[in-house]
Amino acid sequence: MPSQSALSPAGPQAGRIISLWWMMFYVTGAVFLIVMAFLMAALVRRRRPYGGAAADVPDVRPEPSGERRMSHVVLTGVALTVVILFVFLVRSYVTGRALDSLHEQDHLTVKVVGHQWWWEVSYDNATAAYTVTTANEIHIPVGRPVLFKLSSTDVIHSFWVPNLHGKTDLVPGHENVTWLKADREGVYRGQCAEFCGHQHAHMAFTVVVEPYEKFKAWYDAQLAAAQEPSTESQKQGRQVFLSSPCVMCHTVRGTDAGSRVGPDLTHVASRGTLAAGTLENTRGHLAGWVVDSQQIKPGNRMPPNNLEPADLQALLDYLQSLK
Amino acid sequence: MPGRKEDDRAERAASLEAARTDIEALRAYAAGVDAARTDDLLADDIADEHERRALAKTWGDGPGFWGWLASTNHKTVGRRFIYTAFGFFILAGILAVLMRVQLARPESRFLNPDLYNQIFTMHGTTMMFLFAVPVMEAVAVYVLPLMLGARNIAFPRLNAFSYWVYLFGGVMLWVAFVLNVGPDAGWFSYVPLSGPEYGAGKRVDFWAQMITFTEVSALCVATEIITTFFKMRAPGMSLNRVPVYCWSVLVMAFMVFFAMPTIAWASACLMMDRLIGTHFFNPAEGGDPILWQHLFWFFGHPEVYIIFIPGTGFVSTILSTFSRRPIFGYTALVLALVSTGFIGFGLWVHHMFATGLPRMGESFFTGATIMIAIPAGVQIFCWIATLWGGRPVFKSPMMFVLGFFFIFVIGGMTGVMQGAVPVDLQVHDTYFVVAHFHYVLIGGAVFPLFGAFHYWFPKVTGRLLSEKLGHATFWVMFVGFNLTFFPMHILGLRGMPRRVYTYQPNLGWGDLNMLASAGGVLLTLGVLLFIVNALRSLRAGALAGDNPWGAATLEWATSSPPPAYNFLRPPTVDSRDTLWTQPADQPVVIGLRSDVREVLVTRALDAEPDLKTEFPDSSIWPLLAALATTAMFIGTIFTPWALPVGMLPVFVTLTGWFWPKKKRLAEERPPEEVKEKHGERWLKLQEQES
Repeated sequence: MPSQSALSPAGPQAGRIISLWWMMFYVTGAVFLIVMAFLMAALVRRRRPYGGAAADVPDVRPEPSGERRMSHVVLTGVALTVVILFVFLVRSYVTGRALDSLHEQDHLTVKVVGHQWWWEVSYDNATAAYTVTTANEIHIPVGRPVLFKLSSTDVIHSFWVPNLHGKTDLVPGHENVTWLKADREGVYRGQCAEFCGHQHAHMAFTVVVEPYEKFKAWYDAQLAAAQEPSTESQKQGRQVFLSSPCVMCHTVRGTDAGSRVGPDLTHVASRGTLAAGTLENTRGHLAGWVVDSQQIKPGNRMPPNNLEPADLQALLDYLQSLK
Repeated sequence: MPGRKEDDRAERAASLEAARTDIEALRAYAAGVDAARTDDLLADDIADEHERRALAKTWGDGPGFWGWLASTNHKTVGRRFIYTAFGFFILAGILAVLMRVQLARPESRFLNPDLYNQIFTMHGTTMMFLFAVPVMEAVAVYVLPLMLGARNIAFPRLNAFSYWVYLFGGVMLWVAFVLNVGPDAGWFSYVPLSGPEYGAGKRVDFWAQMITFTEVSALCVATEIITTFFKMRAPGMSLNRVPVYCWSVLVMAFMVFFAMPTIAWASACLMMDRLIGTHFFNPAEGGDPILWQHLFWFFGHPEVYIIFIPGTGFVSTILSTFSRRPIFGYTALVLALVSTGFIGFGLWVHHMFATGLPRMGESFFTGATIMIAIPAGVQIFCWIATLWGGRPVFKSPMMFVLGFFFIFVIGGMTGVMQGAVPVDLQVHDTYFVVAHFHYVLIGGAVFPLFGAFHYWFPKVTGRLLSEKLGHATFWVMFVGFNLTFFPMHILGLRGMPRRVYTYQPNLGWGDLNMLASAGGVLLTLGVLLFIVNALRSLRAGALAGDNPWGAATLEWATSSPPPAYNFLRPPTVDSRDTLWTQPADQPVVIGLRSDVREVLVTRALDAEPDLKTEFPDSSIWPLLAALATTAMFIGTIFTPWALPVGMLPVFVTLTGWFWPKKKRLAEERPPEEVKEKHGERWLKLQEQES
């Protein structure tokens, strides 16, 4: 399972944030302990004898010298609070600046569009023919800054890969940007962090961080049009695909299916998960998803498909060939 | 409740018996001294009894069901308000339990996403709009006039109206929920999810209109509180002698005044977007979804302080009483409250750090957010100093306050962490935030509120709660609370977002979620213990007497429960901790008529007697006006025409409400000499013609 935790950073930004957090954790933890110690001391200091009638007389005019001493302690406490908060403010500001200092010429640009409830991912390139479009899985080369341009076509979503950085919202009508850089290879899980309706819980994606050569190979593979079917069954499967409602929403480049309502399926078999990080990409899951996705992800936009068993098997063969 | 009536009868018989013995003793003593004086004493007692009866008749609620509906007494309305708000607390608590059942295991099928989304929306909405703010107002409605030495709250009919409007708004929302048209876009209802395109049906409309109900109610109560605070204090209660609790509700009322119109306006815009196709928040037509967030949080953040500030008032009150000394740093505490009120309006953007606002601007809000820890620190330090310099008594209200310290300080610490933009970007909208605000709100408001319930229960009902059960309630709630919410900090850091109806097993969040759910069971048990304690004590609790805690504020200067008119003779004040320091012959107010609802109005700063005025009688019109308003508000969910048409009945009922009453003939005043009582000084009011 890919990691999804702010506590184990895999890039400089998540690293800076968590070290700021730990600093604050230790300082506030110490303050908490000191305050509790004073509280405890105050409680046990002058415990009154239980139920004594005379003890109930309130101390209306506390001794002035004691009050003065206490006000000195209180003032010291307030002054220390101000100092600590000021340190926090400065540290927070410095960290914030560092988070935004990834701008480099040599970066990759990835466009992410939020949909209810999946992620459309495309890699910007000056030449249109070199633009890659995929869904729910982002590959980035290790050690290289990536600029993410974030937008949404429906409601507000939030782009969040805790191992790499904090979140940035995808707001319809706005384009937000965020920078990511990963120092460690691996697969990191991200998830939508702004409530976006029914299947907010199942709107995840993976970020695959790999060496540049591997990334390049993946990129080139994604650029290609869909693989031609090589067996009879796959051919029949493509026929099923093209003659069923699938084409109303999905694209398979190299065929007539070109709708962009749902995820691009040109290389669906190359992806690790189905249904926006909900299911592992296996034949069984794929079958379940195609036939009745509402069982798996109630409320999602994909209608059920009543297919003959033979057609279904052929369709699965075809989809699984789309590496 | 027969048991209670019998007890009351026995109690009355006992007190009569005691009075008779006293009089016998006095007579025997006086026989040798001055027979004439004894007769005077007797005459005084008789005059007092006459006065009591007259006042009870004038200020009491009318007979029967009708009188019950028409009541404008702040105690009757306040009690209703508290019970209703507590009812909503229970309902929202049940929803919380359902959510914890769903989340206890990964990929649970206990609730479907549609229902879960309605449930978490209803939980947040009910807790914030129908429980937390109203219950704070409700306690203020009950306690404030008593603490200030007044006979009723200012604008008593408005008070009744505000309760009915609140009740109807809350019931409307819950009926909608039961009919499966409960709102499902979160208590924050972000557009476009809540807009016409994605929020289909009437679900969000019920949410938006519930806002209108509670805003109207809250603004009315805020008006009453501010007026009562400034104009109805006991003579001599200058601003520097006002109990800290009263200051806290004043700050709350002012915050309501400035925060609520924003959300009322925002929700009206949302309704117009949905009903008549305005495009305030539609980016395709030049509107802006971020605008909604600004408007919502400009209200939403102060809302947190609206809830928390009266909580601090409870803490100050309870701490002073059970530390057996005046509160330490009175001026500092009051200034901390006021500055919290101001700063609270300057940090709403910290809810929006991830929306892509300019970083430099965000740093300003980091500063403001962190700054609010300063007045909070001042308060914490002053409270600990109060304990340090006092002799703490560990009664059950005090236990809740001590629990408050532990929980609230943790909540404050995580709050400071989130003020930092970088940290917030990670923990925003995760379970870390869920943990944080439950620590702040349950710690900062609900624990003090339960302390206040235990503290004022004897005043409201005349009976003491069981201390044993009270302590048990505290410990079960305290442990349950921490078990429920502490693990959520870790869940958030480990990547669990909020508002998800389920999560996948291989994410490794199952164990901590199970622990949190188990804690939830304990927390629920604690609340049940409180209910059991309250119901038992209502029937069979020990009689409380006027001032069971030996407290210093004026609400303890009258009987428990207080009579309809609060004080036989309204008190005067010459110090901050009145009941602890006043001399035996502290003057009282006389010269107020007992045949009409005459009250004394005092000056804003020094509370010198200013003028006498007459309060309106009980009336059914506030209820009718509330019904008319409800019809209009609910109608506008379905058609914009309900607004102009629905105005008409509202206008009619308001006319009835404000219809001038017939002049009454003044009754003969009792002769002056009867009012003179030995050994007491009077603050005699000048007759005023205007």
